[in-house]
Amino acid sequence: MLKVPLSRLGQAALVMLVVSAVSFVMFRYVGDPVATMSRENASIEEKAELRRSLGLDQPLLVQYGRFLTRTLSGDLGISYRNQRPVTQLIAERLPATLELVIVATILSLAIGIPLGVLCALKPGGIAARLVQAVSLIGISTPTFVTGIVLILVFAVSLGWLPSFGRGQVVDLGWWSTGFLTISGLKSLILPGVTLALYQLTLIMRLVRAEMIDVLSSDYIRFAKARGLPTHYIHFRLALRNALMPVITVTGLQIGSLIAFAIVTETVFQWPGMGLLFIQAVSFVDIPVMAAYLLFVGLLFVLINTVVDILYAVVDPRLRARSA
Amino acid sequence: MKARLAASLIVTASTLIGIGAEAKTLRWASPTDITTLDPYAHTESFTTSMLHHVFDPLVRRGRNLELEPALAVSWKTVNPETWRFELRRNVKFHNGNPFTADDVVASISRILDPSARARGNLATVVKAEKVDDFTVDIVTKGPYPLLLNDLAGIYILDKEWMEANNALKPGNIATGVTTAASTTAIGTGPFKVESYKPDAGTTFVVNSDWWDKPQHNLTRIEFKPVKSDATRVAALLSGELDLIAPAPLQDLQRISSSQGFKVVEEPSLRLIMLSLNFRPELKAMPGQKNPLLDEKVRQAMWHAIDLETIKKRVMRDKSRNTGTLVAPPVPGYAKENDVPLAYDQSKAKQLLTEAGYPNGFKTKLNCPNDRYINDEQTCVAIASMWAKVGIQAELQTESRATYFPRQDRGEFDVSMVGWATLPPMDGFSVLSSLLTEQKDGYGGSNAGTYSNPKVEELTRKAAVELDEAKRRAMLVETLKVARDTVAYIPLHQQPVAWAVRDGVDVPQFPDEYVRLWFANVK
Repeated sequence: MLKVPLSRLGQAALVMLVVSAVSFVMFRYVGDPVATMSRENASIEEKAELRRSLGLDQPLLVQYGRFLTRTLSGDLGISYRNQRPVTQLIAERLPATLELVIVATILSLAIGIPLGVLCALKPGGIAARLVQAVSLIGISTPTFVTGIVLILVFAVSLGWLPSFGRGQVVDLGWWSTGFLTISGLKSLILPGVTLALYQLTLIMRLVRAEMIDVLSSDYIRFAKARGLPTHYIHFRLALRNALMPVITVTGLQIGSLIAFAIVTETVFQWPGMGLLFIQAVSFVDIPVMAAYLLFVGLLFVLINTVVDILYAVVDPRLRARSA
Repeated sequence: MKARLAASLIVTASTLIGIGAEAKTLRWASPTDITTLDPYAHTESFTTSMLHHVFDPLVRRGRNLELEPALAVSWKTVNPETWRFELRRNVKFHNGNPFTADDVVASISRILDPSARARGNLATVVKAEKVDDFTVDIVTKGPYPLLLNDLAGIYILDKEWMEANNALKPGNIATGVTTAASTTAIGTGPFKVESYKPDAGTTFVVNSDWWDKPQHNLTRIEFKPVKSDATRVAALLSGELDLIAPAPLQDLQRISSSQGFKVVEEPSLRLIMLSLNFRPELKAMPGQKNPLLDEKVRQAMWHAIDLETIKKRVMRDKSRNTGTLVAPPVPGYAKENDVPLAYDQSKAKQLLTEAGYPNGFKTKLNCPNDRYINDEQTCVAIASMWAKVGIQAELQTESRATYFPRQDRGEFDVSMVGWATLPPMDGFSVLSSLLTEQKDGYGGSNAGTYSNPKVEELTRKAAVELDEAKRRAMLVETLKVARDTVAYIPLHQQPVAWAVRDGVDVPQFPDEYVRLWFANVK
């Protein structure tokens, strides 16, 4: 029974090692922070000294070794751009990103599922066709365009919602939340919708396809033949079964929303992890980039490991095969 | 008891009314953020400009960028290597501690520490010595004419506070050393830091005990970094901000045509120029003689660039064409040097023929695409202009993050350079960094290895000349040599463009610093 989780954890550790090596090697090619950190009339000696104090004059393997030892002891280094410990920076940014992702996920489920059901029940109806057409736009418009258009309409023209930032936040210990103030909630709307849009269309299409599939299955036909009420058939019998893959996809999507909210966060100057990363890239802030990639790697490895282990727990066949 | 209560009520009421009647908040945004609150831990110009609101230097830049007394009221040279500064009395730090000579000595010693990132900003100073409570001597290594320019960027910290918070040693963003001063700023300046949240925002409140008579009417500054250009403009137009600096060039038209907003602009100190490869071979033509070594070829390249078109089409008429390597407000500028070679294709072809390249030659042209205003477009234009006279420029553009390290390593033939002579704001920085050979701490950015004996000689003389008139004459002479020999091809002076809502009056400075102690809002 313990063998499967243990081997999965072993694999996860291996993947993390590879992620750390890959992310570290990549920095060789993103540039050199010395140029962004030097003053304009710095002498050659000054720049060489800076490179030395950053440890960038050492061979790559030595740099990687140091990085790995430090990381394993829990020290992710100090940001070149913010002059603060990277762990602290990430801990500070995580609430902003998580709140945004929560809002986006709720929005996409709350809107996506009913629309999907609507499209499945009346596939030829005008409403369904309209929703389908609009969803095509939703899935094909790049996030930064959606974000800017929303800002132009709701912030600049109508003046209803703020165009950037988190508004007022309340500190609850180490967690800063925007859920408790009016301006915080208002600030969540535009970036939340922007981030939700792609996922919303994805869920809608998934629900629609699954529902159509389920509705044509035998047990639904039998239920209809038995004369059960339509809403009972649609929502208790059909939708429930159609939701299984939706739950899996949503779970996996949350991971990528956290990791890739970068564009939305940049457009709305949302002080989350994505913004932290994109600014680190333009400043060649190696400690932050390395930590971020490690974090994202860890997130996906964790999600996948948990899912794998859960599958094994849920499905006895998987357990038996590996045993 | 009753009387006291009544008195305190009156006080509360009057402060409430006071705030209500005079609360003037300026909300503004820029694409970059404050790196650290420790002024000696970094060398970044935006952070330096922001911290100037909190700290004062001994001498500062005035309304016209002239050097004027700040925490020092007067100074004289005791001997060529010792400057004596008389300090201002009755100045208090934000924590109430009095400002004295001890603070100056502790601050100067802190930046002189070899582990300070900003050590190079005060490179020639050896030590600071207290003479009495309000007199300080600063000793330089040899005669040094630019001491005041350097001191204008050195902020004074409170010694007692640094001692109490274990911050006498400087921080350093490069080595990751942080101290209490990295997140707390106690200065004598016009504003106090109220909160500092990286990437989310920094707020300042007015220091009502500032020693100087305020020329601003602000009670509060709310600064937010907003990286995306479009969002920054949208936030201004939606009324969430009062000022954005810089304003993206492509949006200036739209902002000035919106009711209630205006664009303010001025040429900045930053000059954009092309650096040329003076090595024996070009990267584009290995194994052959470098055509750029021929002065006629360099002149031809200059003649072939249509600066007027670049100004009109690429820079939307916001730039100023230039023929020299420093901007007009900077010492060393001379009008007679500021004449670009005329745009003349047949002259360019003729010069190329005389030099033995009737069919032109091949070169690489490298440019950043995220550092200077419309940098990539400028280079695209230049490449096509050169093509017309037969010079085939192979254009490559890339991000600043990879561009500048490559430029430093000398990997380019022709490449774009921007130079603003900051922080000293003096033409000498062009001489010492761009025009001299890379040795003895000179030539730090001379990536093309330009070399001229006359320039070498004049630069070393100017470095120790304390007579300002003579020194400036040397700068002018050196820059004339640079122009006559086409050391670089100067292109234009970049604009600074900000956008404000109506009722906000913020003076602009060519060094691109935002100095809100001159700001007034209605």
